[in-house]
Amino acid sequence: MSLNGKACIVGAYEHPTRKAEDKSVAQLHAEVAWGALQDAGLTKDDVDGYFCAGDAPGMGPLSIAEYLGLDRLRHVDSTDIGGSSYLAHVAHATAAIALGRCNVALITLAGRPRSEGQATGTATRAQNPAIPDDQFEIPMGRTVAAAYAMCAMRHMHEFGTTSEQLAWIKVAASHHAQHNPHAMLKKVVTVEEVVNSPLVADPLHRLDCCVISDGGGALVVARPEIARSLKRPVVTVRGTGEALKTHAGGYNDLTFSGARYSGARAFEEAGVTPADIRYASIYDSFTITVLIQLEDLGFCAKGAGGRFVADGNLISGVGKLPFNTDGGGLCNNHPANRGGMTKVIEAVRQLRGEAHPAVQVKDCALALAHGTGGLLGHRHGSATLILERS
Amino acid sequence: MSERTIQAPIPDPTTAPFWDACREGRLMIGRCKDTGRHFFPPRGVSPFTLSPHVELVPVSGRGTVYSYTVMRAKEPYIPAMVELAEGPRVFTNLVDVAPEGVRIGMAVTLRLVPTEGGPPVPMFAPG
Repeated sequence: MSLNGKACIVGAYEHPTRKAEDKSVAQLHAEVAWGALQDAGLTKDDVDGYFCAGDAPGMGPLSIAEYLGLDRLRHVDSTDIGGSSYLAHVAHATAAIALGRCNVALITLAGRPRSEGQATGTATRAQNPAIPDDQFEIPMGRTVAAAYAMCAMRHMHEFGTTSEQLAWIKVAASHHAQHNPHAMLKKVVTVEEVVNSPLVADPLHRLDCCVISDGGGALVVARPEIARSLKRPVVTVRGTGEALKTHAGGYNDLTFSGARYSGARAFEEAGVTPADIRYASIYDSFTITVLIQLEDLGFCAKGAGGRFVADGNLISGVGKLPFNTDGGGLCNNHPANRGGMTKVIEAVRQLRGEAHPAVQVKDCALALAHGTGGLLGHRHGSATLILERS
Repeated sequence: MSERTIQAPIPDPTTAPFWDACREGRLMIGRCKDTGRHFFPPRGVSPFTLSPHVELVPVSGRGTVYSYTVMRAKEPYIPAMVELAEGPRVFTNLVDVAPEGVRIGMAVTLRLVPTEGGPPVPMFAPG
């Protein structure tokens, strides 16, 4: 069954906090849920489907659903594919609505890694003996930064991609972040500043890495008839795609991501091509993440990403493909170390015409949002959404 | 380089023979008896067919650098993917080499490096 047109995003809310020392994770879930329902013009009593990922406190959705007082649920889903979970949740909510399993689905994300002092990108965590790959990888000093850096190194080797080209991705994000009062890093940076920032994991510099922030976000997905009865602009789900990519027994090609498959599935369902997309939210845990995904989604050929992102091509009003106009994970925020939620939220803002005027794409009728969750160089989930203003 | 303390791997019942071989100075990897293909990490099933028709087989310990990075930690180290002569790529570290001496494609050989109270882990050095 095609999910094209089967549901709409009717509410979206991004928490303004970037450091929530005085709030619990459950309270953050509640505040974003309230914000998204207020945005939609709905109440908690309208919610009959609830979605969160595996990081939500408690078993699956149970504890947070109780904290929120959601007592009319007939469909729940706590699929966890890291930062890409929330794009998958929109797809799963759309499928559930199409099947009549629910009418109004609430999706929440919240976390406070910054207040908790997590060294997200550079620390090696303790082994969990039940995770089959841990005993082979954790002793090797596996880190998030290294997992992405190895992809960058191989991409440079095969295609001649340069650090300066990667830096353009950060430069574009910073051009957008200067207009976002909530962004953690509002200063516009240059290619030179990026490549001269300290190396974290060669060839990635500090400014190639996303921020660590507290916060969260929420989305409300509803049946199209409900969406049309509300006062907000209608954003319709047109295409969805998901994929996993792993080491596959030791035959992993680090130059591409699961976006190659999830993107193709989403474009096929939507019946559109990359050339039709006016705005793209692209997961930006690191600059290399953006470059590899842009290639895999078909915005340029494999290996041509460096040339594609250079010279401001991702800057709204300047380049051909405006991306992450909120400043993205590289400059704005990366709540709970999971950037997929904010990717969808900024795409919704663009389609509604509610992005900051300095970065709003004119006549933005069709947008793409894409997430990678997990570790690009090891195993990760990919989820792609194509959304249309109706 | 690699002055850092290396966490001891925690073997499970399925992987104990792999780690025992490391203690004896040998690298073994998985082989699918149905397809003849090697795989890594070893496990109790074939990643190609899901069948339990698998075995642990010794390998040459020779390979080439597929990719790498340098973690600029207090004690820097070199995580890498090494492509074994037998095919599979292994997530490992490069040792006995300075970061500026590493090139993708360079030949490397096995070095079993001691860990904190556990079996040694398979790392690689130029040569």
